[in-house]
Formats: sequence, C-alpha cells, structure tokens
Amino acid sequence: MSTNGHRELTYLEALREAMFQEMQRDDNVFIIGEDIGDYGGAFGVTMGMLKEFGPERIIDTPISEAGVTGVTIGAAMMGMRPIMEIMFMDFLTLSANQLVHNASKNRYMFGGNISIPMVLRTPMGSGTGAAAQHSSCMENWFVGVPGLKVVAPYTPKDAKGMLLTAIRDNNPVIFIEHKLLYRTKGTVPEEPYVVPFGKASIAREGKDATILAYSIMVQRSLEAAAQLEKEGLDIEVIDLRSLRPLDAEAIHASVTKTGRLLIVHEAPTMGGFGGELAAVVATGPSFDRLDAPIVRLGGKECPIPYNRILERAAVPQVEDITQAARKLALEGR
Amino acid sequence: MPISPRELLAEFQLNDSLRQKILAELPKEKLALMLKQMFLTRYFEENAEDLYMRGMVHGTMHLSIGMEASPIGSIAAIGPDDLIIHHHRGHGHTIAKGADLVLMVAEFIGKETGYCRGRGGSMHIADIAGGNMGATGIVGAGLAPSVGIALALKLKHDQRILLSFFGDGASNEGEWHESLNMASIWKLPVVFICDNNQYGMSMAAEKVMNVRHVAERACAYGIPGETVDGNDPVAVYIAVHAAVERARNGEGPSLVECLTYRWRGHSKSDRNLYRTNAEIDEWKQFDPIPRFAGYLMQYGILNEEEVDKVDRSAQAAIKQATEIALAMPEPDPAAVEEEVYAP
Repeated sequence: MSTNGHRELTYLEALREAMFQEMQRDDNVFIIGEDIGDYGGAFGVTMGMLKEFGPERIIDTPISEAGVTGVTIGAAMMGMRPIMEIMFMDFLTLSANQLVHNASKNRYMFGGNISIPMVLRTPMGSGTGAAAQHSSCMENWFVGVPGLKVVAPYTPKDAKGMLLTAIRDNNPVIFIEHKLLYRTKGTVPEEPYVVPFGKASIAREGKDATILAYSIMVQRSLEAAAQLEKEGLDIEVIDLRSLRPLDAEAIHASVTKTGRLLIVHEAPTMGGFGGELAAVVATGPSFDRLDAPIVRLGGKECPIPYNRILERAAVPQVEDITQAARKLALEGR
Repeated sequence: MPISPRELLAEFQLNDSLRQKILAELPKEKLALMLKQMFLTRYFEENAEDLYMRGMVHGTMHLSIGMEASPIGSIAAIGPDDLIIHHHRGHGHTIAKGADLVLMVAEFIGKETGYCRGRGGSMHIADIAGGNMGATGIVGAGLAPSVGIALALKLKHDQRILLSFFGDGASNEGEWHESLNMASIWKLPVVFICDNNQYGMSMAAEKVMNVRHVAERACAYGIPGETVDGNDPVAVYIAVHAAVERARNGEGPSLVECLTYRWRGHSKSDRNLYRTNAEIDEWKQFDPIPRFAGYLMQYGILNEEEVDKVDRSAQAAIKQATEIALAMPEPDPAAVEEEVYAP
C-alpha cells in the first residue's frame, strides 16, 4: 500500500469511504435504515450516498427496527450484502428478535444450506447528553450468540478495513461504532483494504501492566498510559477490535509479558464482556503469570443519566483508568 | 363455542360454475398432484404421530391435519422457481413445494441426511434449492425476512414471487404489521397467506382481534385482503392465483386469509382444554381431502378408481420414505459446532 495514498480522515469518513468503495465494487451491496437518505443518517455517516447511488441502493425505511432487521436478513438470504444502520445501539432491543433467532440461527438450523451476509452498523455509548435510552453499550447482549460476529474498531483505519471485511463476510456482523469516535482523525489508506476479524492490535507497547479495551475505551486508555509514562510506568494497551471472534492469543501474550491486567469497557461491569475477558485469562495459559488480581473497570450499575456531571461519572474516564492502572502496576512491587 | 364452520364458511362458498370452470382449465395431472400432496401431507402427519407414539421421535411437532387445502391450494398457484417461507406448522407447505419425502422424513426424525442435517427438525424444514426458504418457530418472525426476500427479487429484477405463510396468531405480532406496511410501500412481489386455523395455541382468534377477519387488516396497509374457504383448495387457488398475478405484474402485495381448522392439538402438550370435541367433530365434516376428491369426481376429472390410486400411492410413498429414512445415520456429536458460520 503506497504511503502517498494515506490521508487524514475522520472515523466517520473512513466508514463512508468503505461503503462507497464496496458499493462501487459489488452491486449486491446496499444500505438500509432510518433517515439514511436525504438526512444522511442521524450522525451523517451516509451523507451524500443517496445522491451517488439512488434510492434503490440507499433505502430509507419506516421506523420499524424489528421489521427492517428482518428485511435485511431476507435480502441477505437471497445473496445480497445489505448494510443496515440502526441509529442508536439502544434500538437493538427491537432488532434482537431477528438477530438472535433468524440472523444467527438460520444457517445452522437449515443445515448449512444458506448464509446471511449482512452488516448491522450501529453507534453505541454515552457522552452526548442523549440520556438513558440513546447511550447504551450492549455488546454483551450479542457476544454470547453463536452465529453472530461482533466487532468494535477504534481507529479510522480499522473502521474502514473492518467494515470492508464485514461487508465481504458471509455471516451477520454487528459493527459497533462510537458516537464520540465519529469526529476523531487518523491516517487511512485510500485504496480498499481489509483488516481481519479475530485479531487484536497492540495500540501501545508496554511492560508494567496490560489494559484490555475496545472502541472509545482504547482512546481513554492510551491517554491514561501517556500520563503514567510521565510517572515512569510503562503500560501496554491492547485494542481488541473484534469481540467475537476473540483473539485470546493476543491477550495471553500481553498478560504473559506484563503480569498485570486491567479490563476496561463502557457497559456496566456486572454481566459485561469484561467478565468473559477475565475468564479467558483466569482459565488460560497466562493465569500463572499474573502478579496481581485481574482488575475490571466498567460502567456504573445505573442507566446513563442526562446531567453532564452524572453522565461523566457513569462510565470510565481517563482519570479512572489512570488511577486503576497506576494502582495495578504498582501493586506488590 | 366459536361460530360453527357451517356458518363461518357459508359466505365464502365458491359458486359451482366457477369451481367447475377453474377445474376444467387446470391440467388433470396438476389436479391429481394437488390431491396427492394433500394425501401425502395427511399420511406424513399420521405417520409422524405414529412414530412419536412408538418413541421414535425425539422432539415435538405441530400437526396440520385438516388444514391441507391452504398450503397446497396456494402453492399450486405459483411456479416451481417461485419461493415460499412458512411457519412451525409447515409440513403441507414443504410437501406442496415439492420436497423429497425421504429427506423430509429424515429431517423429522433428526437424521444427518435430512434436509437440515437433523439440526432443524419438524419446525424448521427448509429446502433452499427447492425454493422453500424455511420456517421460523418464533410466531410472526418469518414475515420480515419474507419482505426482505421480495425486496431482493425486486432489486435484482428477478421475475419470481414469494408466498409468505403465517397463522392467525402471527397477525397480532408487531413485526407482522411492520412487514405488511413495508411490502406495501415498496410494492414488493409477495403474497401474504394466513393459515387461519381459529386458534393461536389455545387462544381463539376472535377473542384477540376486534375485526371479524384477518384479511380486513389489509386495508390498514393499502393492499387487497381476501378471506376464502381455506378447506377448499380450489377457492384458495383462485384467490392466491389472482394475488400472484398482481405481485408478478409489479402491483405489490396482497393478503389472503384461508379459514381452516386444526384437528389435532397445538403440539404434543395440548389437552384440548379450550375447545370441545363437538367443535372438532363439526369441522371434520369439512375435511378438505374428501371435499377436493369429491369435486374432482363430480366434474369427471378423476374417477373413484383414480382417486383410490392417488390415495394408495401417497400412502405407499410415505411408508417407503419412512423405511429408508429410519435406516439413515444419526449425526456425529463431533460435528455439533459445524455450519454455525459460513466460510
């Protein structure tokens, strides 16, 4: 890949470019969702695409999340490669019936005779003052469903490459974006490229402790690690990128190196994906290398509140991660 | 007690000359095949019950005995390349779509060689290559995917159409309403067919909707809705055929409601506590199989001997398929995680 093809793009532009390029390459790809046409999507991800591809490939729907999810599945059963946008991850409760019973099971239940190549793109998370029903992180609801894939990229580069992978994948993929990442910038190659699922990336190398994170929490963990560097602590940050399939090997490799593990996610701690990540280490080859108990830092056990101060307090912030990582890195030394 | 079948069906009786005209227009082979499919469905299910009683079936089943006219009359109105999506009570739909009986029985008893490698069972028989896009066990959850299939057909300028089957119970699910609405606004090539057997499990349809017929709900979505005598395959055929023409001409979806009745319980756990034996017996007088055979004989299309021959050949086919399927291999437990994901 030539370096002169690399530009700074926002996360949002990277997503749009991935869809643009795949739609130009493959007539079977189309986008379906609420307000994705003239409006350009609630966050502007599909802005301008209606003009380029027309209403047959940028399909604006009624407010019928459950039905539209089923429609997406049906079109995928016919060999099309629909990309569905769900405006807020919270609304996946409405899609859940179709995702959990048809998207994930039809292939298996029908003896492997059909596949469901669809992508469901959706933004999660708090920080925009949208209150309890427009701020949820619900990845833990879907990672336990065999037949689904769940990814949550952090960098604009991964956002593009993993969306291409998702569109070309022959299975249903829940592609989790984060509202606060949409405007973040990074280098993104212009030509199409794929970033494989099931491979974590080392966002920052370090030797004193590992932070496992994904989506927005990678950004906050990197900031925490930068602060701790000034204090002489060398923190490794692993960006999981893909939750199902999961790169257990990368987790073990990092924990084996650092001997200390902090798991960070925005969703509430109880029942959160962090429990599974902790179990991977607790039951795997890196357990023996732990020098301190595993630490979990998740959202508070409450809905996301509206008030700015309360909203900030409800999910891990840079200072929370810094504090937790510092304590962990120094424990017993 | 709900309205008697005699009263319920009275206003939907075809006039004899129309029935005769349609029967005269259809090839004799097609009509004989429809009759055979009705017998096959009946014998498949009686055999299914028998296998269950003998402890040879692991799971549950939903029998459609008494309801054969609706799927078979409907599917007779489409071509072999057209598609269907059906529901948990879908043995008749599967047979009407031309299923291989051995693969179907094998799936029913959970064999590796069944249509779905024994992973789906009675409730989820799909024959994708044959245009049977499968059945969901979540009531009403097949509607939205059927709209998606129709959307794909339209986007690909594919001339095929889809029949989307569901029961009366499904018409009270939210997704049902979302689906009819989307199919209508996008003018999709789909026909929605309600196998209205009067009960959603134990709940009488009339107690859970404040319109007399499911078909009346079509007007809320700006599409035609028609109620027919669902125990008369000719009446079903005529209504579905018109709806199929409409769909194929790009005029959008329709809703056809077939009034019928299931003689057996909802599933194996049903003790018939919500209806009387008298009611069941009254509906048995409207058994769609002798009715259809009677019409064929009345209008000189098949004689009694030919009807008997169709009957016996269906019986023999089920017996033979069962013998073959019973000898087929069970799945290997080591393969339990296969085919969760497509390569």
